[in-house]
This record gives sequence, structure tokens and C-alpha cells, in this order.
Amino acid sequence: MPGVEIDKPGQRLLLTGNEAIARGAIEAGVSFCSGYPGTPSSEIIETLSKVGNAYNLHAEWSTNEIVAIEAAGAVAFAGLRSICSMKAPGANVSSDFILTSNVTGTRAGFVIVMCDDPAAHSSTNEEDSRSYARLADIPLLEPATAQEAKDMTKWAFDLSEKLGIFCILRSVTRISHARSDIKLGEIHRPERTPSFTPQDRYAAKLPSVEQHFQLHKKLKQAQELFEESEFNWYTGPTDANFIIICCGTAWLYSREALEILGLNHEVGILKLGTTWPLPEELITKHLQHARNVLIVEETDPFLEQNVKVLAAELPSRGIGPINFCGKRSGDIPAVSEINVDLVIKALTKLKGKAYTPREQPYAEKAREAVESLAPKRALAFCPGCPHRASFWAIKTALKWDGRDGVVMGDIGCYSLGTGPAGFYLSQTLHCMGSGLGNANGLGNLRKFGFDHPVIAICGDSTFYHAAIPGLINAKHNGANVVLVLLDNSATAMTGFQPHPGIELNAMGTPAPAIQLEDICKGIGIEVHVRDPFDLKAAVEDLYQMLQQDGVKAMIFRRKCALVEVRESGTKKRVYINAEKCIGEDCGCARFCSRVFKCPGLTWDWETRKAMIDEVVCNGCGACVQLCPGNAIAAEEI
Amino acid sequence: MKQDPLNIIVAGVGGQGNIRASEIIGTAAVQSGFRVTIGETYGAAQRGGSVMSHIRISEKSQYGPLIPEGQAHIVLGLEPAEALRVIGDFGNPLTKVIVNPRPIYPVDVLSGELKYPPVEQITAKIENLVDTIHVVETTELAKQAGNASAQNVVMVGCLAGSGWLPMRVQGLEEAIRNIFRGALIELNLQAFRLGLAAAATTTKNRP
Repeated sequence: MPGVEIDKPGQRLLLTGNEAIARGAIEAGVSFCSGYPGTPSSEIIETLSKVGNAYNLHAEWSTNEIVAIEAAGAVAFAGLRSICSMKAPGANVSSDFILTSNVTGTRAGFVIVMCDDPAAHSSTNEEDSRSYARLADIPLLEPATAQEAKDMTKWAFDLSEKLGIFCILRSVTRISHARSDIKLGEIHRPERTPSFTPQDRYAAKLPSVEQHFQLHKKLKQAQELFEESEFNWYTGPTDANFIIICCGTAWLYSREALEILGLNHEVGILKLGTTWPLPEELITKHLQHARNVLIVEETDPFLEQNVKVLAAELPSRGIGPINFCGKRSGDIPAVSEINVDLVIKALTKLKGKAYTPREQPYAEKAREAVESLAPKRALAFCPGCPHRASFWAIKTALKWDGRDGVVMGDIGCYSLGTGPAGFYLSQTLHCMGSGLGNANGLGNLRKFGFDHPVIAICGDSTFYHAAIPGLINAKHNGANVVLVLLDNSATAMTGFQPHPGIELNAMGTPAPAIQLEDICKGIGIEVHVRDPFDLKAAVEDLYQMLQQDGVKAMIFRRKCALVEVRESGTKKRVYINAEKCIGEDCGCARFCSRVFKCPGLTWDWETRKAMIDEVVCNGCGACVQLCPGNAIAAEEI
Repeated sequence: MKQDPLNIIVAGVGGQGNIRASEIIGTAAVQSGFRVTIGETYGAAQRGGSVMSHIRISEKSQYGPLIPEGQAHIVLGLEPAEALRVIGDFGNPLTKVIVNPRPIYPVDVLSGELKYPPVEQITAKIENLVDTIHVVETTELAKQAGNASAQNVVMVGCLAGSGWLPMRVQGLEEAIRNIFRGALIELNLQAFRLGLAAAATTTKNRP
């Protein structure tokens, strides 16, 4: 991340949207930054934590989003600017606080960044978090580019401070994880001292109706400011009959679509950056000349519905009727992410204009070639990943047990346990901590005749985040559950951020580690620790646990292979002993490559023997123990 | 520029260094005064899945992070099947391609559920679909530079050597110096230069 911290206004740098958001916060003089890792939001706090010392700010990975937002909120009450970032499902976790701190207000600027994942590239849903702005009656900003992400973040602090309520900035994967050239602005570091005097009150009143009324007044003020906002603009003919109303990524997609179709002198674009409350007068001004409106946005028809509510009131002012198209009409898909091609498709239909990106026979030939020659690539655990061995241990222990045990999955790299990577073991997958929560139900069904053993799988970071209440519940309410904790010493899925079990915090300073087994013991739960690469012991121990009643915890502890290689800088050389490997005649049914499914274990179709791809192999050596012919060996290099 | 925006796709498998390769190209383009947008794949898809970076370079304005269908001018394939996969959606008869012929087998191929065709069949099909293909053993060259995983930077060197970029070679070397730290700078510069030299000798044009 070169340069995000440099104090050179006007310089252009290649930054990701998340780095740009972090830069915007630095320019605004932020003091307190908190969040929980989640794609596509993680790099915001990561970036801020790296400049924490240079700019005298506090950056932390909190145990979960609600702790993060409560901490950041209190700092804003005390007069220092704060930011809190999260992915959309994290917004759900933080929402209890959002829906009460809206009425109590804030003193200093407080910005909540919610990063949505349209198309659910790295999420269990493609939730649209914008509804939280409407639900909580608070201002919403939606950047269209990384530059705007920076500029809007900076402005959001001023807005929040001026109105005395927090603001939501909504990013999406294609903003947060796109890189583009960003023009840096000035960095403000105002001298501020936190204070919380006996007179300061940020409490919801009982009842809070008057506060709710005041909140609506603040929202009205936000709306007046939005009418003049530099983040909203119109391009195209002033009297265009056909206009696009869009926000977020849809701005650049719509502009390019019009450019490609040669419609930019005919169709106008009203680009909105402030989407709740709507700048109603600005929109009304352009609805006066438009008879046809295409609304383009990502995920829910949020803008579409709000514009239509406004339009319903316009006939009394002599405006309309207007033909609206968008997600409801089916012209813009209601699910997944959008792109230039989808906007082109809508426009060609609505404007009756023909467009073929490539000659049809060529497109067919190219796609047919992919179909026949490029095999699909299922997601897999990395080479050397301890989860592969852990899932193998669970699979084997359940097989020994023979009572059709059930497995509840959870959020992390090991979510792949629902698919071939985890031998299809995980039968549920929802939100953080839900695996153990589900196990609390299934583990209490014996009186109804359900006597299958119940396993809940949970990662280390997920455990601190959301599983501890479930564990206390299981103990207190007598569930029969084995909690398998996959402790790889990192929040691996999102980029190896530290968590409370690691002796280092987000700023890289030593921190006390809270051990998983200490928490389990504190609740009064029997806990064992095994290395999943010591497969024999892991399987036997887990099998024994499955035979006992009550709640038990098994920690499979082994550092994430990627972290291991990063830290050690070396790896073992694992190789096939060609004399010992008897290939397809072995009777192992190609255990190493067919069954264990490590990408480093390949197959030589000519000699019909196992091979190891030395570029892919991480040198973990788990396969050395598993090969029934003892044909795999490892050596230190 | 003849094409504006210039659309480049880096295609590969999660873990091959797509993001790093596009960061080097993008940094050099910004330093040369171009407007740049890059769309990346992060997160779950990195775990052994297909990944691609869309790089868009323009003299006049900013473009969105996703290239429209059939609009790729250049494809850098860090893996042969992945190069073909992006050509399926984004290629056209004028697309230029550089490809590393070393396969990374999907787990379903290793388990025998799917077939991975002979690499020559994939490169022949690509050759049939595009204007130009350079097949460069970037992994082998990266090993010569000292680390097989630097094949992504060898690939950037090949691109620099192809003459298809509007930036100077020195700009890309400068970007490598800025992005990497310590001993990795020299290793990656070496990888870059091996790619640069290979581009001059491995040209394979369609008759």
C-alpha cells in the first residue's frame, strides 16, 4: 500500500476503493477506527491500522461488529471523529446499536461504512445494506468511483458533525476492490480532546418519541443539503425525453453503455451520490422533462422504489405520467451484480437500437471452446491447509461412529465444507456463529427420538465473534454437542487479520491472547487440543468424544498454511517415491489426488502414478501420513 | 492511443499473483499520467478458483471496473485454461494473448470427474480465436529468476516486451521497485527482464 499516508495534496496514486475510504478518513482527521474483517470491507481498517502511529489514531479489529460500532459511537459522543467498517452481514450484527444511537445523536463526525457484495462473490448472501439508512432515518451516501469514495468519506464526517447524527457510506465489491487513480486531498488534523462531562447525555429517552421527531428534523436538514450536493449531477440534453437515474457503480456502467450505443446526445443521466433522503427537488426538476426513466442500481430496487414514491406525488404539480423501467419491469436484473452489458441490453430494448458486441458465430465458437476445453474450477482449500485434514478427521470419526452424525457449518474458509473440498460434510451454512446455534437445537432432540451425534464446526475468529453465547447455552440447557474448533491462528478468509487469540493486535503491538481452551474451561466444558496433521490421534480422540453425553469441545490447532509460509519463509519438499508408488494397481483408488483432493497432489496420466506439483505444494506433509503405500516422503530444505 | 480505453485482462487461478501483476501495470500507467481502473477478484474466489483482473487505461476519462463483452484488447493468461475462459467472454478476432502453458489442475480434474485437455489443444484453440498468441514458459523463467511464483512478474515483462503498452519499460521497472520490498525487488526485476527478453523471441503470429 504505497503512499496512502503521504501528505501531498494533488498527487495521483493508484489506490483501491477501500484504501481511498481510509484516505478520506485520514484527510478528515479521524481518531478512532474499528471494525471486524469481512470481504469486501477488510482493507479499510487494515490501511488505517498501518498509519495508526504516523497519524496518532487508534485502529482495532474488534471481536465483532456490534462491539466495534458501540466503541466507535462512544468516541464520537466524546468529541473525536470515528469510523466503523463492516460487510453487509456485519451491518446486521451492528444494527441493534444503529437503531438506537440514531435517536441519541452524536457530537463528533461518526461514519459507518457498509460494504455490500452484489453477486455474493465472497458472502452467504447479496444483501443490500442501504435499507438500514431508511430504517434508521439517517443519511446515506453512495460513491460511484474510488475517488468519490475518498471525497465522500471526508465529507460524511462534516455532514455527521453538522447534523449531529451518524452517516452511512455504502460501498460495493466493485468500488471497494477496484483500483483507480485517486487525487489526494489535504489532511486535516484538528487538535481535539475527548471529553464526557457529567452533563453529556447520549441516552434513549423512555419513551423516545420526541427524539424520533427530532431525528426526522435532522433528516430534513440533510435533504436540504443534498439538493446542492456536488455528488449529484446531470449530464446530457437538458430536455431529454429518456433519462437514466443511477447511483454507485451504475454511473460508469451507464455512461459507457450510452457511449458504446452512441446515445449520449439523446439520453441524459441523473447520477445520485446522496440516496437517502433523496434530493427531491433535483429529481423533480429532471422528471419534468423525462417521459421515460430507466433506474440502474446494484442489488435491491432501493432508489427505484424511493423515486417512484416521489413520482406518485408529482401529478398534482402537473408532472407525469412517467414510464419507469428498472428492476421491477425486469429490464435490469433483480439479482446479482450489474455491468455495462446489462445496461446496454436494457437500452437496446427500450430504445429499439441494435447492438452486437461480437459477430454471433464468433461468440458462439468462443463460448463453445470454453465449454469443451476449460474445465470448471471448484473452490478448494489451499495446498497445505489444515482444514482439509480436520474435515478428513471428522469424516473418519463419524464413519467409525456409524450413527449418521450431523455437521453444522459456519463462516470462514471452512465454509467450503459444504462442497467437495470438505467432503460435503457441512449440512448448514448461514451467519457467524449459527453452526453452534443450530447444534443447540439438534443436540436437544433425544426425547423426540433423534439420536444422531451433533457436531458444530467453528473457526477461531468466528468463535470469539459469535459462538460463545451458543456454548454457554449448550452447557446450561443440556445440549449434546461436540464443538470442533478449527484454530488456524488467523482470520484467514479475509486476509489473515489478527483476532483475540493472537498475541498481536491490529496496530502490530503485543496484546494478551485469550485462549480458546480457557474460555471453554471457564464455562465448564471438557476441551481437548489436537494437531489435525496428527490424523490418527485426531480421529481417535474425536471418536471418543462423540461417544459421550453433554457438550464437549475439540480444538484442531494448526497454523494457516499461508501464514506459516509467510512467517517461516521456507517449506518442506514433499515428493513421491516412484518405486513405492504402484499407481492404479495399488488398490488405494488414487487416494492422494482423487479422495484427499489437495491441489498439490497431481497424477501422471502416462506413468499412471502420483505426482506432486512443486509449484503448488505448500510442503505441509499431511499426505505423507495418509498414503497407504507409504510412497510420499518429505524432507527439510 | 489507438484503443481508448485500452482493455487488458490478467487471467489465472487464485494464488498466482493476478492482483500483483495488475498493480504493477496500473501503477506504471498512473505514473505516466493515464486514467486507470482495475477490477479485481478477492476473497472466497481466491481459494483455488478462477480469478481475473480487468485493467482499463485511458488518456481521456475514467472507466468502470468491468470490461464489456468481447472488448479485451490484451489477455495475459497465467494459466492456459483460464486464458481461454476469459477469451470465451471477452475475446475478439483482434485480441492479443500471452499465455503461460503450465496447467494448474482443478480439483475435479485431479479426482477424475473432469478432463483437462492437452495444453497444445488449448493454445491451438486460442490461436484460432485471436489475432496473436505468444506462448511463454513464464514459470520456468521465474525459476531461473529464483522463485517459480514470480511467473506473474515474468508475464508483465512479456507484456512490456510486446510493445502493446503505451508506457515505457522503465515505468514498469519503477513500479516494481515501488511495490516490492527488500530482496524481492531484485528477484522481481530479474523475473521482469527475463519476460522482456522472452517476448522478443517467442512471437508466434497467425499467418
